[in-house]
Amino acid sequence: MLEIRNLHANVDGHEILRGVNLTVNAGEVHSIMGPNGSGKSTLAQVLAGRDTYEVTEGEVIYEGKDLLDLEPDERACEGLFLAFQYPVEIPGVNTNYFLRAALNAKRKYHGQEELDAMDFLSLVKDKAASVQLNEKLLNRAINEGFSGGEKKRNEIFQMAVLEPKLAVLDETDSGLDIDALRIVSEGVNQLRGSDRAFLVVTHYQRLLEYIVPDFVHVLVNGQIVKSGGKELALELEERGYAWVEQEAAVAS
Amino acid sequence: MIELATKSNAYADAFEQIEAAGGPNWLMPIRKAAIARFNELGFPSTRHEEWKFTNVAPIKKLEFALAESGSHGVTADRIAPFISSGATGGTFVFVNGHFDRSLSSVGELPAGVTVGSLAEAIAADAGLLEQHLGRHAKFDEDVFLALNTALMRDGLFVHVPKGLVVEQPIQVVFVTTSEPSATMSFARNLIVADESSQVTIAEVHVGLGTTPFLASSVTEVVAGDNANVDHYRVTREGELPDNGFFMSTTHAQQGRDCNVRCFVATTGGAIVRNDASSFLGGEGSDFTINGLTMINGRQHADNHLCIDHAVPHCTSWEYFKGVYDDDARGVFSGRINVFKDAQKTDAKQTNMSLLLSDRALVDSKPQLEIFADDVKCTHGATIGQLDEEAMFYLQSRGMSREAARSLLVFGFCRECLEEIRFEPLKKQLEALVFERLPHGDLFLEE
Repeated sequence: MLEIRNLHANVDGHEILRGVNLTVNAGEVHSIMGPNGSGKSTLAQVLAGRDTYEVTEGEVIYEGKDLLDLEPDERACEGLFLAFQYPVEIPGVNTNYFLRAALNAKRKYHGQEELDAMDFLSLVKDKAASVQLNEKLLNRAINEGFSGGEKKRNEIFQMAVLEPKLAVLDETDSGLDIDALRIVSEGVNQLRGSDRAFLVVTHYQRLLEYIVPDFVHVLVNGQIVKSGGKELALELEERGYAWVEQEAAVAS
Repeated sequence: MIELATKSNAYADAFEQIEAAGGPNWLMPIRKAAIARFNELGFPSTRHEEWKFTNVAPIKKLEFALAESGSHGVTADRIAPFISSGATGGTFVFVNGHFDRSLSSVGELPAGVTVGSLAEAIAADAGLLEQHLGRHAKFDEDVFLALNTALMRDGLFVHVPKGLVVEQPIQVVFVTTSEPSATMSFARNLIVADESSQVTIAEVHVGLGTTPFLASSVTEVVAGDNANVDHYRVTREGELPDNGFFMSTTHAQQGRDCNVRCFVATTGGAIVRNDASSFLGGEGSDFTINGLTMINGRQHADNHLCIDHAVPHCTSWEYFKGVYDDDARGVFSGRINVFKDAQKTDAKQTNMSLLLSDRALVDSKPQLEIFADDVKCTHGATIGQLDEEAMFYLQSRGMSREAARSLLVFGFCRECLEEIRFEPLKKQLEALVFERLPHGDLFLEE
């Protein structure tokens, strides 16, 4: 589904990603871990098409297409979804309105009929319930006045509505209490399936107790330096990142 | 052949015309003092502090003649787009400053409430006029207000006696046609809300002509103790060509425990200047004024606010937003004067501007003069372009860049329009904003 080859990316002239290689197949859940500043969020943002990052080398093939050649909205319509680390507050724009417009943009892209207000509302009702998001929030401006946990649940809610093929979760667990973490994880687990893949960027191993990954990768200094199964996450939890960084330094 | 009036005496000619028409004894001295003050002050240059960012030279250069009465081809169909459906208190239409009875409709109002043509009230020398007309909006330092006071002709006169509540919004529409030659008109409205009364007035200005025109409008609101007055000013001058010059003043004279809520919407005009002021002269009162400006091309809009907190325990709230595209230019000036005795004043001022082009320009100037020591006064101004992070967020959900841009601008405006309590007007302005944006597949919510 996704193949990242030797991806290099800069921000303001500083190289953040220094040759990332990663293959994700349909049905798999991959976790990207790593110390602060290792490039985890940059990778997530580059995949979604944020233009503050400049890709200088490498390629990303998604479903046989050159992902980097697509606009952010085209990527979304092709089935990519990014759950933001810091969801943006947008005053004056009603969440339901925006989501209906987004969903219909995607449906139109695929030649499907647009959903009318009634169908949309019944869809939303179900999905909001699945992440225990108060429906009243959906009639408010996007993320405005939402608590941290509500913002993150709103991301997962949007994901549930848009039903992406590849979902990138950028530190969706950070700052959540255990209840919110369970709800968010449950939302993700409900969507897991053989035709869908997840790239879960996290700083904390705890999330992976709830969203059990098939693969764990450690990103250090803009490169994936170690990959393994879910047990790697536990080892990182126990031993920290220093040993991986040392191994990487020795290897290079 | 009649010789065209020279620049210097077009206004003097107009005054002669007004003077010849006569009027009540008490009014003529006010008019004379006003024209004298107008002549003394002259048109301000940009060296004048209050006119630093608004150059009225184009107005000075043009010659306007007082607009004649008549329908000037204005029909109900032509003005229908500017009329709000929900004004059950009545719709009063003025064409080039003259009341047009045939285009107007009177609504149902509680007995005792007066709503009608100010010119007719002046002719009849109705009670209250002498006490209030021209007595509250001070023209000493305001040249366009002076000119309006000298040349005012007609407009809406509203009187709501003590304890009466007018739940039906009243709408007044001023249409300027300005054909065949450049004309000027001076609308004057007086709203007197006695103790514990309530009324809502929506004032809409529309320019339909192809030649330049000067439209002036002054509204004096006299809010008695415990009264509630909502006033909306919508300026849609020169929406077609940029030929409308619009100068307005809204002044609220407030008693005790009263609330005056204003909204100033500007969606067009070559040069639009809206002065709004309140004198909070009784304790426990609130003045709220919100506004939205959305202009493009080479249009210019200047919102100039001045609030006097003269006594303790009053609140004021100003929330102005603007969206400027192309070469449009915006000005916001917000002065808050807190007098020495006005303790416990709570005043908040916010001005947010969105620039949609590299050439659009905004000047924002808060001015707080505080002489009391136990007050809460805050002000904030932001001027910026669309938030790229928000753009990316919307795009990352599948919306095109254009749709994302439109949605952000719409949201920016809508948040401000939410302050409008007269629902049909709010919907109308929302639709106007929406229509101006490339909306593709976006839809307008019902």
